[in-house]
Amino acid sequence: MSFIAKPKVAHPGLPRNALGLTRRDYEGSMSTLCAGCGHDSVTAAITEAVWELAIRPEMLAKLSGIGCSSKTTAYFVSGGHGFNAVHGRMPSIATGAIAANKDLHYIGVSGDGDTLSIGFGQFVHAIRRNINMLYIVENNGVYGLTKGQFSASADIGSKAKRGEENAQPPVDPVLTALTLGCTFVARSFSGDKQQLVPLIKAGLMHRGFALIDVLSPCVTFNDHEGSTKSYGFVREHYDEVVHADFVAPAEEITAQYAAGEVMPVTMHDGSRILLRKLDPDYDPTDRGKALRYLRKKLRQGEHVTGLIYVDEKSPEFHEVNATVNTPMNQLPFAALNPGAKGLDKIMGRYR
Amino acid sequence: MLHSADAADRVNDFDIKLANVNGTGSASANTLLMKSIFRMGIPVMGKNYFPSNIQGLPTWYEIRVTRDGYVARSGRVDMMVAMNAETYAKDLKEVNAGGYLVYDSTWPRPALLKRDDITIFSAPLARMCNETFKGVRARILLKNIMCAGLLAALLDIDLDVMRTLLGESYASKKALLDSNVQALEIGYNYAKEHFPCPLPIRVTRMDKTSNHILIDGNTAAGLGCMYAGATVGAWYPITPSTSLMDAFKSFCQKWRVDPDTGQRNFVIIQAEDELSAIGAVIGASWNGARSFTPTSGPGISLMNEFIGLAYYAEVPAVLFDIQRVGPSTGMPTRTQQCDLMLAAYASHGDTRHVLLFPNSPEECFYMSLDAFNLAERLQTPVFVMSDLDIGMNDWMCPVLQWDDAYQPDRGKVLTKEQIEGLEKFHRYFDKDGDAIPYRTLPGVHPKGAYFTRGSGHNQYGVYTEDSTEYQIVLDRLKRKFDTAKTLVPKAVIDNRGASQKANDMAIVSIGSCDGAIHEALDILERRGIRLDYMRIRAFPFGQEVEEFLAAHSLLFVVEQNRDAQLKSLLTLETAVEKAKLRSILYYSGLPISSSTIVDGVVEELGAGAKVRSVV
Repeated sequence: MSFIAKPKVAHPGLPRNALGLTRRDYEGSMSTLCAGCGHDSVTAAITEAVWELAIRPEMLAKLSGIGCSSKTTAYFVSGGHGFNAVHGRMPSIATGAIAANKDLHYIGVSGDGDTLSIGFGQFVHAIRRNINMLYIVENNGVYGLTKGQFSASADIGSKAKRGEENAQPPVDPVLTALTLGCTFVARSFSGDKQQLVPLIKAGLMHRGFALIDVLSPCVTFNDHEGSTKSYGFVREHYDEVVHADFVAPAEEITAQYAAGEVMPVTMHDGSRILLRKLDPDYDPTDRGKALRYLRKKLRQGEHVTGLIYVDEKSPEFHEVNATVNTPMNQLPFAALNPGAKGLDKIMGRYR
Repeated sequence: MLHSADAADRVNDFDIKLANVNGTGSASANTLLMKSIFRMGIPVMGKNYFPSNIQGLPTWYEIRVTRDGYVARSGRVDMMVAMNAETYAKDLKEVNAGGYLVYDSTWPRPALLKRDDITIFSAPLARMCNETFKGVRARILLKNIMCAGLLAALLDIDLDVMRTLLGESYASKKALLDSNVQALEIGYNYAKEHFPCPLPIRVTRMDKTSNHILIDGNTAAGLGCMYAGATVGAWYPITPSTSLMDAFKSFCQKWRVDPDTGQRNFVIIQAEDELSAIGAVIGASWNGARSFTPTSGPGISLMNEFIGLAYYAEVPAVLFDIQRVGPSTGMPTRTQQCDLMLAAYASHGDTRHVLLFPNSPEECFYMSLDAFNLAERLQTPVFVMSDLDIGMNDWMCPVLQWDDAYQPDRGKVLTKEQIEGLEKFHRYFDKDGDAIPYRTLPGVHPKGAYFTRGSGHNQYGVYTEDSTEYQIVLDRLKRKFDTAKTLVPKAVIDNRGASQKANDMAIVSIGSCDGAIHEALDILERRGIRLDYMRIRAFPFGQEVEEFLAAHSLLFVVEQNRDAQLKSLLTLETAVEKAKLRSILYYSGLPISSSTIVDGVVEELGAGAKVRSVV
């Protein structure tokens, strides 16, 4: 957690977003992570995505648990409230916060330990509730703050820094999310900003629970020969199946795509995700096919990346609960109790 | 016929106990009996002793008819209605000499179980049911109603009142109403024909229940949450707290749903466990919604880590602990006051929490309002320490009142304009000197943004590992607890012994012991022992508690747990001299009775002290 204030220097020539704000306005405090940490690249991608989407900083709530990854919510968008929960319990904080105010954008940043070990139960149930948030797992296969123990996402045969080999099968957040009915499932790599930024934008604008599992190497404890979560290994075994481009509602599509190559998905606010399939047989709206494809690639030792599955139609948490449009935290007191007359009526039942 | 010597005095003053098998519909018959007596203007107490089971295990219901309004167990059984063959032998033993036993003679009991110091009535209830009604389930259910009719004749309960109540229950189910009334009348007529009705233990109309209701504490608390303006409820089902969220839900479905659109002004989250439930409460409260969770001891155990976060990060949270018997799973359907220490110091590190102790469903309603106000004013978790006895039994209470001018205290939350006017926002800075800082809500203003964290932070809300900065915050939290002392509900003090010279003895207690204590004080006074009484209503203890403790030289601390937890809290958190405190403890799982308290006091004082007390 950084306690070093980052100087805000705005050059007049810096580009501005629709709100007239520069990228500097979306930064946070200085990162205290190791130099070269994959997480810092994810932080940069989030900053870029939120700036491009022109979300008002105070309208972004940043939630996290405990661990290296969970520290990073302090490193972007200092104009938004942050909540560093207890270890593995960010999803429940998010559930309550979202219940209270549906109008904010929620971004949760977690790690493989926070999500797949101590917080696995909460992660699973947040998906089941389809709460409207973007949930990023910064996945490096190790516990960094406690100095390099394997996490639940470590692959069988992956080697620790001191040579120890992991023997237990990994928990795959993407497979888990797909099985549970998650409505937006993506995987990316901290070293691929081109892929990651549009995914974050799409995830933030998705109505419901959006998961992005970001392979984010730990330079200190898991970036060596024999690790399956090192920069080198991920670059070599990287299989992008669907590239997603995000197009804001009023924006024109400028990129050139060959006919039939692109599959547009319209989102609830009118924005579009343009899915560019790199494997012509792949269908990112077919959960069953997605699962089969992932399992096949997993056997080949490949990390499938991109927007793996998307469903814009399933009802999110507030639709399921049939709540009013006004956020719960803004309902006037008078609207919440039936007064003396109502109480008198209620009392009749108990007389 | 055998009657107790004081039989003539037993009008509107007796106890009946109904032994049944759970899952046979006895609950509705028991409620019918109790409510009929209540509608006749006679104060009444009802306690349900039930197993942690759905069907087939023994269950008892105790109705105390109490013209003096003593709403606690007396410890007597004047009439046993023994409808459960499995517990018959035990039930027979429990009847006080001179009392009565009613059983179903369809299956005759062996003669060896007979007692000659009580009167035994039998009626072939099952046989009459089988002859009159069709269907196995209907026969089982209606047997209990037939029995209620039988008791109505024996106890002189107004049959019209009972018919009216049945009419209210089955307003839209004519066929059910008819069979219920028929069963009631068969029982009534059988008793009139075969027994000397009415018995010396019987009821006669009074006017002591007008402006009163019969309600359980969980229903009253659920209603309180709706009236407090709670919008987010999160929970994991656990006995005996479940009916609180059920009540909140049903009140909200009636009063918080737009009839045109079906849209709701509330969210209920049934979480995957208690950890998640309290997490959701903290998340919602952080975001400015009034949010609560009902639970019981095992739930509080699970919530500990999060409770510490809410304490240290200063996030409001309202918890209802409907206490049940521990340790561990304990006896989920029995009552105790055994979570005091757990709740007072929940979570690791230096933590202390605000606790409220309701004594009745009435206070469950009003303290729900207090709990939300205190949680938001103090920015901290607040526990309403109810228990199974209050939560799940119907208590006679004054009708609940509401003032339409009432406004909730939402605490120190800065508005957009206030934030705009600040040079810089400092989340944990004690601007007002009351140790309560200002907070901001997400989504209001970028200048109000801060980082909520359970890790070390300074008074400006910034991460720190600096000793001095850390201690400034921790010391302020301690001072905030002193502020809490001035805001929590005051103890109720009854200086009834004060007129007496040299009286310096008193009872100190909390919550559901109250009814039994009031009766015990009267009994003791008749025996020449006069005691003052302080019912503590909140932790931290206010100045009035300190003063009361200091003013008495012998204090009986009455509580329902083994380890004298209230006494421990008093010893730790007040200046009271430990040697002045005497514990009267009751932890069987049943609600405490007045006799336990009387016996405890008399035993402690002995003959010598008794003389001293009446000098």
